[in-house]
Amino acid sequence: MRALCWEGVDRLAVRQVPDPELRNAHDMIVRVRRSTTCGADLPMLAGRVPGLAAGDVLGHEFLGEVAEVGPAVRRHRVGDRVVVCAAVACGNCWYCRQGLYSCCDNGTATGTVGEAAWGQPTGGCYGHPRTAGGFAGSHAEYVRVPYADVGAFTVPDPVSDDRAVFASDAAPAGWMGAELGAVRPGDVVAVWGAGAVGQLTAQAATVLGAERVIVIDRYPERLRMAERHTGAETLHYEHTDVPAELRERSGGRGPDVCVEAVGVADGGGRPVSLADRFTGRGGPVEDPLAVREAVHACRKGGTVFVSGTFTGFVDAFPLGAVMHKGLTLRSARQHGQRWIPMLLDRMARDELRTEHLATHRFDLDQAPTGYALFRDRADGCVRAVFSPHG
Amino acid sequence: MGRLTRGGFTLLRAHRTGVDARSGRWQVVTVGVSAAELMPDGRWPEPLRPLADAVELHLRPAPGGRGTELSVRPLGGVATLPGMAAHLVGDDPDGYLRQVLRTVRQLAETGEVLRADRPAAERPATGPPGTDGPVVPG
Repeated sequence: MRALCWEGVDRLAVRQVPDPELRNAHDMIVRVRRSTTCGADLPMLAGRVPGLAAGDVLGHEFLGEVAEVGPAVRRHRVGDRVVVCAAVACGNCWYCRQGLYSCCDNGTATGTVGEAAWGQPTGGCYGHPRTAGGFAGSHAEYVRVPYADVGAFTVPDPVSDDRAVFASDAAPAGWMGAELGAVRPGDVVAVWGAGAVGQLTAQAATVLGAERVIVIDRYPERLRMAERHTGAETLHYEHTDVPAELRERSGGRGPDVCVEAVGVADGGGRPVSLADRFTGRGGPVEDPLAVREAVHACRKGGTVFVSGTFTGFVDAFPLGAVMHKGLTLRSARQHGQRWIPMLLDRMARDELRTEHLATHRFDLDQAPTGYALFRDRADGCVRAVFSPHG
Repeated sequence: MGRLTRGGFTLLRAHRTGVDARSGRWQVVTVGVSAAELMPDGRWPEPLRPLADAVELHLRPAPGGRGTELSVRPLGGVATLPGMAAHLVGDDPDGYLRQVLRTVRQLAETGEVLRADRPAAERPATGPPGTDGPVVPG
């Protein structure tokens, strides 16, 4: 089958790779109908994530039809249209039972290799290095889905592919930022980043009752999109003093909840060094500008939630401000299994619209071009979505 | 002194030579089942069972109803290098035991051992040759 493979730093190509196969009783094979780019791919594309090997298939946010099921799969049948959570989780361990699916104890097939980077192995993810489980990505004609009854969800008929594909990752990530950020009715919420996750965080904050939602970015087309589709106010951070503006718009208090949904720098940052690869300790030191600004802007006693993808260490983190202002600092990779059924219901009721985020659509053969647009935020690209079967 | 090779490293059975049998660090995992489910009739769970003569085992209930804490450590006198050094020379019994415990937990909690996708090198590509797409410019 055809698949989009990482070939090296900033190099991608569509290659012929082996078809996936059932490897466990709880597996199924999905024929991919939609698979979208994600900001989490950019550090890998830039060579900043240790462990990624030439030939690895990228992609983790996808939707398709069930093509084959393992003998232990109960909830799905061949032909079902399903959206699959980007996080691979067993559903049975203590973490899954707490709803912390991306922390699953049994979500990777690569043992303890995550210890060096994170202290303990975390849950799995498609299309990532082997530390994230050993599962090929979804930018392919077919993909294997482990723990299929836990991670795949039947898409309601009224919901289009272009809408439902974002229930795989971006929509649960956005919901998580608002819910775990503890947005409450009447809150002022600031969101750094007007990409897909940032916009969906803004929508979620509104649903949870936020009085005022302010989205911050530097791409005018993304800010316009956020205004149009989420009803949020926007700030162009190159044109204004963001902390001063946020103080002004929040009665001098600062936002109650600040969500960082930016992650890596534009272009994915610098490649990982030889020393980083040797120690397996993640990428190079990053400069978390948006997190730092969020910490300084947040009101005393408020919450800062970090949604963006960070691959290693950060420098100049204002820990003193966290302590002296009594902030709650939270973060996670998304626990999608917890929210996807609710999000699909909202999509079916037309309460959650996401298809506008798919600004560019390509056949799989054009996926490298799609990544170039996405990486460079060119031509107004928010997300490039691939259709492997046309 | 006996030498038991398990999983590519050597466990030195020093308890027969009088070396403190409790010198190794415990490796512990919390498994989300009761002790009776984890070790029915006292039988050691796989894949820990083959190590029964090389490690000691301890069970206790995990707090908060989280299941059972399963602890194992080599039967004393294991002369290993610390941390990264052990990892680099490929003689890391602690790492191996953590891997074994992780597998025990996975079997107990999910009923199977999750397998990675097979590397492409193990299976030849099938079908017509692929079309190379353009490469993202650096």
